[in-house]
Amino acid sequence: MCVYNSNKRKNTFHGLFFILPSMVGVSVFILIPYLDVVRRSFAGAVSQTFTGVQNYITVLTNPAFRLACKNTVRFAAVCIPLLIVLSLAIAVFLQRQGPWGQRLKSVYLIPMAIPAASVVLIWKLVFDRHGLLNGILSGLHVNTMDWMNTGAAFWVLVFSYIWKNLGYDVILWIAGLGTISENIYEAARVDGAGEWNLFLRITMPNLLPSLYTISVLSFLNSFKVFREAYLVAGDYPNDSMYLLQHLYNNWFRDLSMDKMAAGAVLMTVVVSLLVLLLEKAWGKDIE
Amino acid sequence: MTKKHNRQMHAKKYIIWAVLFAAGFLVCYPIFFLVIGSLMGQVELKEVLGPVLSGNGGYVNFPFMPLFPTLRNYVGVLMDSPEFFVMFWNSVKTTGAILLGQFLVSVPGAWGFARYDFPFKRMLFTLYILLMMMPFQVTMLSGYLVLDNIGLLDTLWAVILPAVFSTFPVFIMYQFFVGIPKAIIESARIDGAGELQIFLIFGLRLGAPGILSAMVLGFLEYWNLIEQPLTYLKDQSLWPLSLYLPNISLEQAGTAFAASLLTLIPALLVFLGGQEYLEQGIMAAAVKE
Repeated sequence: MCVYNSNKRKNTFHGLFFILPSMVGVSVFILIPYLDVVRRSFAGAVSQTFTGVQNYITVLTNPAFRLACKNTVRFAAVCIPLLIVLSLAIAVFLQRQGPWGQRLKSVYLIPMAIPAASVVLIWKLVFDRHGLLNGILSGLHVNTMDWMNTGAAFWVLVFSYIWKNLGYDVILWIAGLGTISENIYEAARVDGAGEWNLFLRITMPNLLPSLYTISVLSFLNSFKVFREAYLVAGDYPNDSMYLLQHLYNNWFRDLSMDKMAAGAVLMTVVVSLLVLLLEKAWGKDIE
Repeated sequence: MTKKHNRQMHAKKYIIWAVLFAAGFLVCYPIFFLVIGSLMGQVELKEVLGPVLSGNGGYVNFPFMPLFPTLRNYVGVLMDSPEFFVMFWNSVKTTGAILLGQFLVSVPGAWGFARYDFPFKRMLFTLYILLMMMPFQVTMLSGYLVLDNIGLLDTLWAVILPAVFSTFPVFIMYQFFVGIPKAIIESARIDGAGELQIFLIFGLRLGAPGILSAMVLGFLEYWNLIEQPLTYLKDQSLWPLSLYLPNISLEQAGTAFAASLLTLIPALLVFLGGQEYLEQGIMAAAVKE
């Protein structure tokens, strides 16, 4: 008993020894200042006195905040399902195609390596009113449009998100597909099930755990489209692609600490809730 | 199965391949685009990009090959724009320092989480995962406040230090370290190896794929930093390449093309060299713990 206890204490000591540098840094640079932000979210910007939920009311009734919220939600609602379905279809096909499937998978991953700054120039030239895309469209006698300065800007953003994340999600799906035993398929084939049936009855149910992680990761990556959006269109892009990230950036420039604090807390709550809710929802189906 | 049915299946498969290859080409097109543009002379660029530059009539019609390939643009960037070097060097310093810092902090951290038990471990690890999931906007203000407090705003440290303590690499490496068989470690312990020795010999060696995965993912992320330098660095001479490129006006398209490609090259090299680890790293995030 005594040996066991001293072992346990040793274990604790060693473990803490290894994670200590990381924990100290995380506390100093993230956790403690974040608690300060939570405090500020309940205080006046100048007076620093307790003002209750005043900041939250200010933020939630702010028209710019509502617009940004609407766009961010709309963006996630459109592009995440699109990306997930598209990457699943590609993964299912590529998984059994040998070396060429492997190569193509790597090709789809390349955009991950292309810095946002390098594509800005291309985006500007392709989606300009007199750009490459309109040139092709007019050649096909299709109506051209001013992509960056109309509602179409939203779809340019969706496209760049899919472009950037397709390979990433294909890899995740292929990893998920790899965990399904070939024996199950063999058995079902012997029983005369068709390919489509196999997909619905075996592949889909077995991929549910992957669906959870892929949804969450795709959601988190969706915040990064801000990079392309900001570099191409600046602080105030077309209304249709004005995202929460733009708004926070502008608040920051105006030093609206009170709004930023409340906004940060709201975002924390929403992101945590979404991640937990998704886990709950998929979790039930998995069991 | 009938012959006709078989032929139909084949035709379908070829169509899918064709679509996938076309998509693959489209995905890589930005790279070709940069290469072609960077090799064009000034006159040709003016002509090709004329419609966008002048804003009147016609459309950009981008060729598949430059008419008169020239390396002038590269000479221009490498010889005549000292600011390119400053920014390139800023990017190298920032990325290098972050990865080194992450190596020193996160590798032991991940090892501690993966191989030892201590009170509140689960809670702490969940907190790490939650932190890794938060978008930058959540910690933007808190980061600013702490950096302001210790007087690091407007220095490269303002970008480096918060990134060093990102919990993402801890999570990735944890997934790999957990997979090292217990028996190996136990037998080393019986042979009298100390905990630090075990970490340095077995952890670093057997966990190397995990460490490399985190580093490759990290490089691609930090070479591409936008939000952090934009928020914490007012002094433009400290900016990384990622913020410098968009400021080159279209009038100097040649420079912009060449500089964009030069920025892309290090990331592409890391991608090609570390592709296997990159894929492992991506998959590590998807493993359900």
